[in-house]
Amino acid sequence: METIKLSYPVEGGDFIGAGEASSQMKMTLKKLGLPSDVVRRAAICMYEGEINMVIHADGGFAQVDVDLDQITLRMVDHGPGIPNLGQAMEEGFSTAGPEVRSLGFGAGMGLPNMKRYSDEMDIETEVGKGTTVTMRIRIG
Amino acid sequence: MRLSQVKEILHATVLCGEDRLEDEIRSVCGSDFLSDVLAYVHEENLLLTGMVNPQVVRTAEMTDIKCIVFVRGKRPGEDILKLARDRGMVIMTTGERMYSACGLLYTHGLPGS
Repeated sequence: METIKLSYPVEGGDFIGAGEASSQMKMTLKKLGLPSDVVRRAAICMYEGEINMVIHADGGFAQVDVDLDQITLRMVDHGPGIPNLGQAMEEGFSTAGPEVRSLGFGAGMGLPNMKRYSDEMDIETEVGKGTTVTMRIRIG
Repeated sequence: MRLSQVKEILHATVLCGEDRLEDEIRSVCGSDFLSDVLAYVHEENLLLTGMVNPQVVRTAEMTDIKCIVFVRGKRPGEDILKLARDRGMVIMTTGERMYSACGLLYTHGLPGS
């Protein structure tokens, strides 16, 4: 099977519309007939990434590669970067403001959740330049 | 338990998905924090929440939750109902508070995960 390459823009600042890219990806993965637990894990990883991009980075884009044995999600933004990655990975640590918290997010669970549901996660980040989070989810 | 029984137990009003009330659910998650739903949900099929915004439907969509019950008499707007309808979800609203709604379902045999 050739790699299936999908790409989705993520609009910045549109918290109410956030999740559309993850929704479209989930529907596509379902149509490809992938196992439901794999589809769910990929959807949660991408959704958390999408919410992060909307909250912190004024949007970005997601690239999704589907291979026979794994899904690779790459969430790319040109936002402020993460100054202290160790702290950002701690459950409960968040820099999100009260508005985001009042909507049910900003509990410091985004990156930990992405790590929890992916088999591998790698973060490249540079302050002032942006962040790329790459997640791999094995199939089967 | 069938969704029609959930409706009865919680004295709930169905706002969309009336045709799916014979669907079975096996477990429930109750939270206002969507991040927690995403963190801990496994095979739950029903979400009880007092949070009302479109991300509630998105969160349910990503985690394969098929029914959302809004507690404390909260009613979602048409934008939220449309999102839910497009995804084949059932939406209900109940006057019960979160603690009571969880307790009622639990005592009728619905566990958490």
